[in-house]
Amino acid sequence: METEFRAKRAAGHKLLVPYITGGYPGWQNAVRACAAAGADAIEIGIPFSDPVMDGPVIQQASQAALEGGATPVSILHEARSLDVSIPLAVMLYYNTVHHAGHERFAAQLRDAGMVAAIVPDLPLEESGPWCAAADAAGIETVMLAAPTAPDERLPRIAARARGFVYSVGLLGVTGERSALADTAAALAKRLKAVTEVPVLIGVGVSNAAQAKEAVQVADGVVMGASVVRRLIEGGADAVGEYVADVRRALDE
Amino acid sequence: MSLMAEPSASGRFGEFGGRFVPETLVPACQELEAAFVEAWADPSFRAELDDVLRTYAGRPSILTECTQLGAKLGLRLVLKREDLNHTGSHKINNVLGQALLAKRMGKKRLVAETGAGQHGVASATAAALLGMECKVYMGAVDVERQALNVFRMKLLGSEVEAVHSGSRTLKDAVNEAMRDWVATVETSHYCLGSVMGPHPYPWMVREFHRVIGQEARAQSIEMFGDVPDVVVACVGGGSNAIGIFSGFVDDRSRLVGVEPAGGAAVSRAQPGVVHGMRSYLMQDEYGQVQEAHSISAGLDYPGVGPEHSYLSSIGRAEYPNVTDAEVIKAFQLLARTEGIIPALESAHALAWIVRAAPELQGQTVMMNLSGRGDKDVAQMMDVLAL
Repeated sequence: METEFRAKRAAGHKLLVPYITGGYPGWQNAVRACAAAGADAIEIGIPFSDPVMDGPVIQQASQAALEGGATPVSILHEARSLDVSIPLAVMLYYNTVHHAGHERFAAQLRDAGMVAAIVPDLPLEESGPWCAAADAAGIETVMLAAPTAPDERLPRIAARARGFVYSVGLLGVTGERSALADTAAALAKRLKAVTEVPVLIGVGVSNAAQAKEAVQVADGVVMGASVVRRLIEGGADAVGEYVADVRRALDE
Repeated sequence: MSLMAEPSASGRFGEFGGRFVPETLVPACQELEAAFVEAWADPSFRAELDDVLRTYAGRPSILTECTQLGAKLGLRLVLKREDLNHTGSHKINNVLGQALLAKRMGKKRLVAETGAGQHGVASATAAALLGMECKVYMGAVDVERQALNVFRMKLLGSEVEAVHSGSRTLKDAVNEAMRDWVATVETSHYCLGSVMGPHPYPWMVREFHRVIGQEARAQSIEMFGDVPDVVVACVGGGSNAIGIFSGFVDDRSRLVGVEPAGGAAVSRAQPGVVHGMRSYLMQDEYGQVQEAHSISAGLDYPGVGPEHSYLSSIGRAEYPNVTDAEVIKAFQLLARTEGIIPALESAHALAWIVRAAPELQGQTVMMNLSGRGDKDVAQMMDVLAL
């Protein structure tokens, strides 16, 4: 994924990564709709019982998926038939990995066609064993950086990041906000100053205008709650239309 | 070296503990660790805390020998009376420590989770005492079964938010408190209520409860001329148990932590990671955290503090579990034989003592009476249909 992202960046392209809750009714079609609408990669959420980084919308989708019987195994199985040409990443909480075992889980991801993983409750200091297993299986581990990080921490996070650095846009959990937080551009700027790895802003990027604002500094955006809300309200078609709108705004 | 020494630099007790939190919270945990280390080594901070524990919380708590019940069970039973502390449980020890520390760090607001409401009430109390804002998250199920404590918190000037996600009990209240902290970390301190969560909480909270064990050991030697044969405490997250165990872990005393049958994380001995720590955790075949079920809201938690997992893994402490039915009997037994109404949580410890009495004949048994049962009276009125 990182190679592709760097090449696109070099060509002046802004990166767009929508998030879809795996296992939610219609999720596969939503992934296909994102791909068709011009997403550069897709983050597939693997629902967890205790999602501490997620706000109400993604919590709701996760809970619905779990109640519908979704498991990491069923989602990865269903992902095999997605047949989209852009990179697919998973977003999951660490216990899902820990429980399955690092090597085993990395192999499961690879076999399901995933190329990257985002684990929001696995900070740098605890990431060693998973990153080693992921590296060995060819899975890129995206690291998160937060506005609270002191300057000396950012190069260390960036050095461990594969795929891209996830620049957390604000102090808070996932969810739509009325405006892009000031912290979003500030952190992305600090990261861009210390790394060549693509920097994408996520958490609190809530519409096309905010996405466009974010990429004035960052290489791209991750959009979660605003996409999942459309999945809940209008299914795959609504997701496709929305992602296409954001794509157009980024390409203007 | 003590078996309860400092954890490793990464916050490990053996292979348990750690700091599994969103990146946003890492600097806050590091800052808290540094502030705690500095304050704990500062005699003026220790003196300030000791003073407030003595003049406000009512320490030291006494030992009470249960002569009637002891004779009935064929053993010498003494209670460490944490139920007599201000706010009615051991929770105040930790809360006063954390609130003073938070204030020292310049934080203006406390965030707390609560199960039965004891930690929430203690947090609301400390916030009122120190002039801080306080917001308490409580599972919607618990708000209902502990309505009296919800009112107490409000009376003390705190905001209480009912949590409707997940199992709507303690674990979900922790999730919501962590989400709040992620958003407010610059001004708020997360006043975590047990020996759980990310490093440095399990260690820091243990140190704030160490006073229970220190007092209990000295009192035991005064009373028996020896440490007790057995030390018993209930375990949800495990803070009152860690407190009293800390006084005896390096002695010959048998240490028993009693879990509810519906929340027996240690018995299952399956490590997992949630709420910032690696510890034993009730989970399904995919690592989804399971819901605990207990008559006592305070023990309705699917995990356990990492140091308990460690003490179990090395065989230093044992963690049996008791059923709700045994707890209900023990609750009434202490009331009728000794005139003390225990918290439902603490009644778990007594339920095990009653069950194990045949093998404890003639032994000295110290039980941590971690809280009083006033908060449970309305619930028990329904259960017992008296």
